[in-house]
Amino acid sequence: MPSVTLTAILPEIILTALACIFLVAEPFVPKEKKEWMGYFSIGALICSGLSLFTLWGRNITTFSGMITLDNYAIFFKGLFLVVSMLAILISVRYIKIEEINFGEYYGLILFATVGMMFMSSAADLLTIYISLELMSFSFYILTAFMKRDMRSREAGIKYFLTGAFTSGLILYGIAFLYGLTGATDLGSISAYLSQHNLNSSPMLFVAIVLLVAGFGFKIAVVPFHMWAPDVYEGAPTTVTAFLSAGSKIAAFSAMLRIFMVGLGSSYDSWWQLLWLLSVLTMTLGNITALVQTNFKRLMAYSSIAHAGYILLGFIVASRIGMAAVLIYSVAYAVMTLGAFTMVILLCRQNSRGDQISDFKGLARTHPAVAGSFVIFALSLVGIPPTAGFIGKLFLFNAAIQGSFYWLAIIGILNSTVSLYYYFKVVMVMYVQEPQDVAPLSFSPTLTVALCVMSFMTLFLGLYPEPLIRAAVQSVQFFL
Amino acid sequence: MVEYAWLVPVFPAIGALINGLFGKKYLRDQSHIIAVTAVMASLFISIIVFADIALNPIAHEIKLFEWIVSDNFSAYVGLLIDPLTAIMIMVVTGVGLLIHIYSIGYMHGDEGYYRFFTYLNLFMFFMLILVMGGNYLLMFVGWEGVGLCSYLLIGFWYQKKSASDAGRKAFIVNRIGDAGFILGIFLIFGSFGTLDYSFVFANTHLINTKIATIITLCLFIGAMGKSAQIPLYVWLPDAMEGPTPVSALIHAATMVTAGVYMVVRSNILFSMAPFSLEVVAVVGAITAIFAASIGLVQTDIKKVLAYSTVSQLGYMFLACGVGAYVSGVFHLFTHAFFKGLLFLGAGSVIHALSGEQDIRKMGALARKIPATYKTFLIGTIAIAGIPPLAGFWSKDEILTSAFAGGHYLIWAIGLATALMTSFYMFRLLFLTFYGSSRVDHEVEHHIHESPHNMTVPLMILAGFSLLIGMVVGFPPESGWIHRFLSSVVGSAGGEVHEGAGHHLSLGLELGLMALSIGVALSGLALAYSFYIKNPELPKRLAARVQGLHQALYNKYWVDEIYSVVIVQPILMISQFLWTFDQWVVDGLVNASGWITILESKISEMFDIYVVDGTVNGVSDTLDFGARGLRRLQTGAIQNYMLAMGLGIAILTVIFIF
Repeated sequence: MPSVTLTAILPEIILTALACIFLVAEPFVPKEKKEWMGYFSIGALICSGLSLFTLWGRNITTFSGMITLDNYAIFFKGLFLVVSMLAILISVRYIKIEEINFGEYYGLILFATVGMMFMSSAADLLTIYISLELMSFSFYILTAFMKRDMRSREAGIKYFLTGAFTSGLILYGIAFLYGLTGATDLGSISAYLSQHNLNSSPMLFVAIVLLVAGFGFKIAVVPFHMWAPDVYEGAPTTVTAFLSAGSKIAAFSAMLRIFMVGLGSSYDSWWQLLWLLSVLTMTLGNITALVQTNFKRLMAYSSIAHAGYILLGFIVASRIGMAAVLIYSVAYAVMTLGAFTMVILLCRQNSRGDQISDFKGLARTHPAVAGSFVIFALSLVGIPPTAGFIGKLFLFNAAIQGSFYWLAIIGILNSTVSLYYYFKVVMVMYVQEPQDVAPLSFSPTLTVALCVMSFMTLFLGLYPEPLIRAAVQSVQFFL
Repeated sequence: MVEYAWLVPVFPAIGALINGLFGKKYLRDQSHIIAVTAVMASLFISIIVFADIALNPIAHEIKLFEWIVSDNFSAYVGLLIDPLTAIMIMVVTGVGLLIHIYSIGYMHGDEGYYRFFTYLNLFMFFMLILVMGGNYLLMFVGWEGVGLCSYLLIGFWYQKKSASDAGRKAFIVNRIGDAGFILGIFLIFGSFGTLDYSFVFANTHLINTKIATIITLCLFIGAMGKSAQIPLYVWLPDAMEGPTPVSALIHAATMVTAGVYMVVRSNILFSMAPFSLEVVAVVGAITAIFAASIGLVQTDIKKVLAYSTVSQLGYMFLACGVGAYVSGVFHLFTHAFFKGLLFLGAGSVIHALSGEQDIRKMGALARKIPATYKTFLIGTIAIAGIPPLAGFWSKDEILTSAFAGGHYLIWAIGLATALMTSFYMFRLLFLTFYGSSRVDHEVEHHIHESPHNMTVPLMILAGFSLLIGMVVGFPPESGWIHRFLSSVVGSAGGEVHEGAGHHLSLGLELGLMALSIGVALSGLALAYSFYIKNPELPKRLAARVQGLHQALYNKYWVDEIYSVVIVQPILMISQFLWTFDQWVVDGLVNASGWITILESKISEMFDIYVVDGTVNGVSDTLDFGARGLRRLQTGAIQNYMLAMGLGIAILTVIFIF
């Protein structure tokens, strides 16, 4: 009987149990009181977070090596909990306006969160795959949640079809790896590959390409990115925000573990692949973003570009590179959610608020909101004193220390290009005259979320010490 | 309870924040509620802390948080609460509270009411940081902060040119002192590697006498600026342009004594450097008699008090210089009460006379404003040094210590100063409250006693001036204050000076005491014969020794001398540099400007045809590329999957072969 330590998955157990209870209780909550489901979900996330908090510093491997709970996993799990908490906070009013305030919405967000959390602590290709699917299925439904809206349905079906296709690719890759090494857990794969000198076999390479394609789809890496703008545009904005922050980082967390633990020994056979993809992704994402007129599509390309930056940390494959990935993930989550919050605020009865022209004159009518968007834009470009600056600083610093000078230069040039399209929006806010005087869709929870995000973006830029320390502690057992 | 001492400066800081942020819009005439409550809370905590320290007089070091941490330098925000600090916070919050209350009446109806209380609270915060900080860096923060508040409050009525000029003068003169102070701090850090009091004072073996002398001289330059000693005293009389409560709080009771506090705080360093002590004593003595002599003939009620303050500060340094640190602090303590009282009394007089400050236009006010008169009388007796009021005990101790330490010349100067002090104070009293009224007719009708919120603080301060000297200072040389402060001073060699006091026989001591009483009474008698009995005498005397009178009346022309020797040359140099700038530098700049314009014409051509061509080319390419890429985004899912499939195929092919 293999030993099973349930405490290792205690936060997930709590979250799953509470999510199930919510789903059962949902029919009994009257339609106009559905926001209570949102508040309960936040409670559930907090409960889960509390139990997670006590596990910091532990290092548990359980379920026959399928689950590993280390600081790395806890770091990401904490981030996912915060991300979904913020996502719920910005949802409460929005889903009412879009007339989709069903309790299932919150349940699905919780299930997606459970999937993400498992992904960051999965140490076996099978658990990684299953948790990926748990997350993905929740997102397929969430994307199509606005049933009456044509674009939402289209986005949902597009996401589902392409997602199903790439699930196949991942499984195919797993099959290749299993065929090669006879194991699915990352530690054994690594050991087998080095023992039998398989680190440069073509079969391994096929497996790597397939896995990269599968995960590249989730994190929207060129050329597997094409779904992203369509889905981002069509999905309910809150889901888009959650998708771009949560799902992407979850895929990164699993992918980083696969590449550092399982394929760490065959570094020479994959770094060039990722190098190419990273450069392609950054460049294409930024350049295409230049001509977008829809803010959600703009953010989609922006998030593609950010995926390219984060890949830098993979390519460097050093402890500082990994820490940079963690730091950047936090910065990226906060600033992306913040930017999407703008669209949610602008979404009113008469407009979807996702065109850049909807931002006209916002600085005149709502200076505080405009000011916080400036903070997010600064952060997205990577200008101090914001979280995005610290993240880029660490990524590019890692690249330079790892002698990837060209990569760093391309990354910095790309950041410069990105300044243009983010500040195009800022310019529209500050220079043009306001046109729509309908009040913004404020709600207390959204205000809290917006304050938290602006504060965190600035705070992490001004005092990054705790974040850096946590990130460094999280990766100390690797490599 | 000592660990809650950090609350003491926090309350005024909160008060200043609230009044500063919301005062203009919401509080306006109610600003005093916040300000007075904040100081009251501070006083409450201070009393608790003081009681704790009084029962158990040891030093508590409270480290609050790390402030600056780098390779070889670290500083804590921390407090040092010892008997000296306890006394200082009692003075600052106690006198501060009374002056806050007094200001409610005095500043009533002023346009900048909320601004006044904001600055006043901010001042309290910095002053408390100054006296409570646990290292020199924090003391410097407070030091600069009170300087800022002093500047803001002297120039409070900034529409008046004389006021804003006075503010600037105070700020600039203080800068000279601060430069010395910060050099001293650098030297301390260089010698000890830290700025914490506890380490510095426990490790004096790390420096020799030479370094100690340099450090202490630098520190003393700082003290000369802040505490208005020769030659940096010139700002203080001008500072009287500020509202009278400010003169009382900042320029009499608290801020100007910061220099004395600093010297006493660093007494271990000073005691290592006999030369520095000599300098301190001599500067103090000269300042004392110099300022007192100017005070003899001044005609502005606040100017007399200002010179008196300079003179009394000189006394405190004199005490420190002869090693009698405790006596210095004692005099600081009593001075805070009676000088605060005198300034507030003067304010009350000015208030009653609708702004008149010239004592030649006063007289016979005793009956019209009795509360002010009575309290002012008590203040005058206290500062003149007539027992059993406060000033006698502390002043007598200083003189005795000087005598006992063998500094006979300094003792003689001190005694002469005491005579002058008694004379000019009673002169002020007689001219203001006795004789015949010389008040202008329009003003005469409006004379009225000040409201209660002004007279009650006067009475409380008068009560302290009456008793406090005897309570804490009796018997002389071994009163409560000496026992209380014994742990603060004289652990590294101060005994030589301190101990000398005990060699005096009782008879000699009593003799000295009688002498100082006699001097104070002669001052009183002289003033009486000059200004009550024989009012024509001063004029005749002034005519007889016209040269001396003019010198005193014009304050020895020090301001004029400074103007000619320092200010004018600096202005001339600036003028010269400006002219140089105007003709030579600007000429060069303009010439190069022309050349640049010519050159830029050429490069503009280049730019238009070559660079712009390239840039536009790049951006056109980017734009075209972006539009092209955008066209790839067809929206058809088959194309997406095709792209993925192709991607995988191409990647595999590239990397396998």
